[in-house]
Amino acid sequence: MKAIEVNGVWKKYRKGEKFYSLRDLIPHITRNLFQRRNAGNGELAKEEFWALQDVSFYVAKGEILGIIGANGAGKSTILKLLTKIIKPYRGEIKVHGRLSALIEVTAGFHPDFTGRENVYFNGAVYGMKKKEIDRKFDQIVEFSGVHEFIDTPVKRYSSGMSARLGFAIAAHVDPEVLLVDEVLSVGDMNFQSRCVDKIRELLKSGTTIIFISHNISLVQNLCKRVILLERGKIIRSGIPNEVIPYYENSSLQQQEQIIKSRISKMEKNDKESNLQDNAACHVLNVRVCDHAGNKKEIFEFKEPLELHIDYMVTGAAQDIAISYEIIRSDGASCLAGSSLRDGFPLNNIQGKNSLKIKLSSFPLAPEAYYIKVSILDKDMLHSHVLERKGIFSVRSGIVGAKTKAILIPKAEWMTLGSQIRN
Amino acid sequence: MDAMLKELINYQELLFAFTRRNIQMKYKQTSMGVLWAIFMPIIIIFSGVIVRKAMAVLAGAPLTSQEISSVAVKSLPWAFFVTALRFAVGSLVGNMHLVTKIYFPRIIFPLSYVLGQSLDFLVAGVFLTIVFIITKVGVSIYLLWLPVLLLFLFLLTAAFATVLACWNLFYRDIRHIVDVLLTFGIFYTPVFYDASMFSGLRLFFLLNPMGSLLENINRVVVLHQPPELIWVAYAGLWAIGGAIFAWKIFEKAEPQFVGEISPQRGGLRFRQELWRKKNEK
Repeated sequence: MKAIEVNGVWKKYRKGEKFYSLRDLIPHITRNLFQRRNAGNGELAKEEFWALQDVSFYVAKGEILGIIGANGAGKSTILKLLTKIIKPYRGEIKVHGRLSALIEVTAGFHPDFTGRENVYFNGAVYGMKKKEIDRKFDQIVEFSGVHEFIDTPVKRYSSGMSARLGFAIAAHVDPEVLLVDEVLSVGDMNFQSRCVDKIRELLKSGTTIIFISHNISLVQNLCKRVILLERGKIIRSGIPNEVIPYYENSSLQQQEQIIKSRISKMEKNDKESNLQDNAACHVLNVRVCDHAGNKKEIFEFKEPLELHIDYMVTGAAQDIAISYEIIRSDGASCLAGSSLRDGFPLNNIQGKNSLKIKLSSFPLAPEAYYIKVSILDKDMLHSHVLERKGIFSVRSGIVGAKTKAILIPKAEWMTLGSQIRN
Repeated sequence: MDAMLKELINYQELLFAFTRRNIQMKYKQTSMGVLWAIFMPIIIIFSGVIVRKAMAVLAGAPLTSQEISSVAVKSLPWAFFVTALRFAVGSLVGNMHLVTKIYFPRIIFPLSYVLGQSLDFLVAGVFLTIVFIITKVGVSIYLLWLPVLLLFLFLLTAAFATVLACWNLFYRDIRHIVDVLLTFGIFYTPVFYDASMFSGLRLFFLLNPMGSLLENINRVVVLHQPPELIWVAYAGLWAIGGAIFAWKIFEKAEPQFVGEISPQRGGLRFRQELWRKKNEK
């Protein structure tokens, strides 16, 4: 049985000016009388955009569905539509059963009222009857952990306390359908884990849940099915092991674009500073290639790569050394090597030259990286550095590959028997 | 059945919770507490008595106790009407965080203010009844009309409250216009005087639905006369027609609320916004 059905839903928003006073409206109307509105070009008027385009999905009873996507992809719009705060432009939405939303759980609080009064008022906002709240009151207070302050006005609460109380109320509505939107980010670690436990408990008792979070590992752990939104469209849906890597890769690519644009801005500044350095040797260009020697930007996990370096030596310096470094997008240095260390002599060189560095396969974690190459003469007097060149990224093939670690080795795991040996 | 009405019945507990909250909010951190419910009508009544005294002096006739009773019985409904509207007009905009975050029938906002004000009206009404008993105003069979007239008063106030709260969300000047109209409305409504005093203008005063209601309340409570049925019917038409009109308007506008609402001009959020913009420049 389906608890939520969303069929072909479209929603548009307007950007640009609106009128808040009659004084603004009257000139607008007269202007419109004389200028014809630009009719045509589809259903979108000027300055309108689609927040959701033809979104359809369903959630079965007792199922938990995860919705992921970048900021502005339309996740919260979907929740607002489901809670009936806004209405779709086209399409239909069906929700079977009592719905509760863990969105902005403190919205209904009035600062002058005590915790107790706010529990009763907010409970009513969520559609609970007074008797029901009476019955659950102790549970709510216990869950929130603000017992001592329940008769204190909420304006004296810390933000964490009011958020905890808000969550506690919303979680005790006993909904048949629960919407969760990134509320777990409030409260301390202890409270967060209690919230996750509560969600699991509700799930066990047959509640249907839609779970929205940027905490990908939590989505992966809780959800059996995930949909991925991008600019108001569902671009992937299915089991987490398929959808999440796709999302991580696409966000990786976006990250790469951002790095590129940032770097190109920096290069302009570099060029000016380059004029003043009269280094005898220069790095001209760096390319990242696969082992066949073709320039490449996206690598599979553990795919071996080559660095192709063009450099130029002028004048005095003839004996040089080259060093390279692979740097993660956030600036962490991951790998480094140099011709000196590897014992590759670069003597008696003049003019333009190229060389390649062949790197064997290593388990670099999925992320975006760039290369830094330095060239220096033997006396280390004149050096030249070419940084932020050769951007590449490693694609994630498996779920949970995204980590803060630099390397992800493939290790062998085995049990040593059930007893601990000394 | 009408979908919005069904929702309202589903959420009736919330309507009462809201009403309770509004009442609590009004009396929280006030020194006079519930006396406020009587204070406002008393001020209006005294102003009315002074006006009537001036009229009596000009006419060279003494001010009768019946005239004072008339002023009193008309001042109460007027105070209810004015105060309820003042609160209700800003009810949607003032609760913006609730309107945009949580779903429930939004008509609860204006209605809860009207209901909350009804309690004040009730308190003042009990007080006035005691005064009338002491001063021996007396009763007549026509007093039975009072519940009908009060029902019309409630419906009319609720209708105005709903429509104005709704419009104020789209155009903020509604609030200021209403403020001005309510302040000076007392001169265009027969509160301090009777419509019959102006023979030529009588029709003008009675066409104001509040005017015809007040006049008839005065007739059945103080003057012990039968109500003028035609004007009762006229006020009833306003009340019931207005309620239906308000309901339809609200139903049509509700889906647009979230997209159109913005912080109250002059409110804290709005000033913060202005301040931020100024700093950006």
